[in-house]
Amino acid sequence: MRKLKELVIEKLILICGLASIFFVALIFLFLLKEGFAVFKAVNPFNFLFGKSWYPISDPPQLGILPLILGSLLVTLGAAVISIPIGVACAVYIAEVAPAKTKEALKAGIELLAAIPSVVLGFIGMVTLVPLVKSVFHIPTGLTALSGSIMLAFMAMPTIVSIAEDALYSVPKSYKEGAFALGATHWQTIRRVMLPAASSGILAAVMLGLGRVIGETMAVMMITGNAAVIPRSILQPVRTLTATIAAEMGEAVVGSEHYFALFAVGIVLFIISFAVNVTADLFLHKKER
Amino acid sequence: MAKITTKNLNLWYGAFHAVKNINSAFEANRITAIIGPSGCGKSTLLRVFNRMNDLIEGVRTDGGALIDDNDILNSNTDLVVLRKKIGMVFQRPNPFPLSIYENIVFGERIHADGITRDGLDEIVQESLKSVLLWDELKDRLNEPALRLSLEQRQRLCIARCIAVKPDVLLMDEPCSALDPQATARIEELMRELKNNYTIIIVTHNMQQAARVSDDTGFMLLGELIEFGRTEQIFTAPHDRRTEDYITGRYG
Repeated sequence: MRKLKELVIEKLILICGLASIFFVALIFLFLLKEGFAVFKAVNPFNFLFGKSWYPISDPPQLGILPLILGSLLVTLGAAVISIPIGVACAVYIAEVAPAKTKEALKAGIELLAAIPSVVLGFIGMVTLVPLVKSVFHIPTGLTALSGSIMLAFMAMPTIVSIAEDALYSVPKSYKEGAFALGATHWQTIRRVMLPAASSGILAAVMLGLGRVIGETMAVMMITGNAAVIPRSILQPVRTLTATIAAEMGEAVVGSEHYFALFAVGIVLFIISFAVNVTADLFLHKKER
Repeated sequence: MAKITTKNLNLWYGAFHAVKNINSAFEANRITAIIGPSGCGKSTLLRVFNRMNDLIEGVRTDGGALIDDNDILNSNTDLVVLRKKIGMVFQRPNPFPLSIYENIVFGERIHADGITRDGLDEIVQESLKSVLLWDELKDRLNEPALRLSLEQRQRLCIARCIAVKPDVLLMDEPCSALDPQATARIEELMRELKNNYTIIIVTHNMQQAARVSDDTGFMLLGELIEFGRTEQIFTAPHDRRTEDYITGRYG
């Protein structure tokens, strides 16, 4: 009887485990099937590198280069803002801050992670967008820059907490060794701690940026959504994610537009998969 | 001549009195061993000399510790200067996760301003030669230091200290992670190094103290029970507790 119970529970757990893999595979297959259908209408090269995205003109023009560049630009901007601040914050928390400040900061970072992206988007819309507009004297504040700044807030918690972890797990003996050689605290951080934690910090950066690339709501609300190839960070852009979110509801099922949006999904999937795998590689390098 | 002296030195971790009223004189160009059972405060005493205890919160000292008549414990003491003068080798070899070369020039990079590649190369060669690693490693200088064997790592850590040109080498159980052959070779190295350095070694291994040291101090529960020439301590200890310890009655 006891054995039977064990067996049943074991099998149940197995089924649950397999189910998650099964669903992922199913989603992936569905995405591929629907996405690849677009290549009947447009060849892959023109799809990826076509410069115009006019999905409802006749015939539709389905080039997603503006969307890819839009996503990359916003992500790059967010990276430039969030990496230095995030890593510096992690160093401060891991190495410098007194115990109480440390707890307060960690709680603050967790709180930042808990803000829903739509709230960030909406706060950005009413505060940041007018600010960007007036500071740079441009016709609209709905720009890639606004998106980058808001998304930097979303990447920061991930970067800070994982980088802090990486710094914390640097063996204490390295630090002692550096101090014993007469290094100052900053020299120890820069020459020993940061190199020793570098793979973990890179993983932190990749995971943070992975979050940015996949983020939809905030960018849709504040980047202006113009599907043009951006010439500057002060222009409106449209990202891959925002395109799917904004257009999927209107696309006729079975139309080229509909299939194209799935193909955009595949591109997005490949990008975030690559980012996650890279992050994973760095994390495992650390463990080795 | 005494290189390092202590006068009525006390140290507390919070409320715990770890080092009690220690008076001692560590002589230049000799190897002094500090022995005693675990938890007797010998490592703590060693870490007073290069102020490594500063890294621990809640540590308080009083009394005096001098190197060449300069106050070690004064809060105005420049720790960078002090630690340049007093190098430390740890229990677990702790080379940085950098190349062999970068490990050795680490001290030079943080202390010197105008450094040339030739100057660094020379330091690397000199330091590795003095720990007898040069022939083994001269073609592998850019390999990660973590690829070395434990013994090589410990030698590298010694080389890294020597590269800073200290007067004193503090060694905190430097052989406890090594096998007997490697231990013997490190001890041999210590005997060579004592011509140029003052060495203070903490060890729980009495045989090692007897083999390698000129002077020995025996500590118990934070007190320095006896301090003298090694042969005297091991053959004719004055204190009953020292005798009991070296004959293996406890510890």
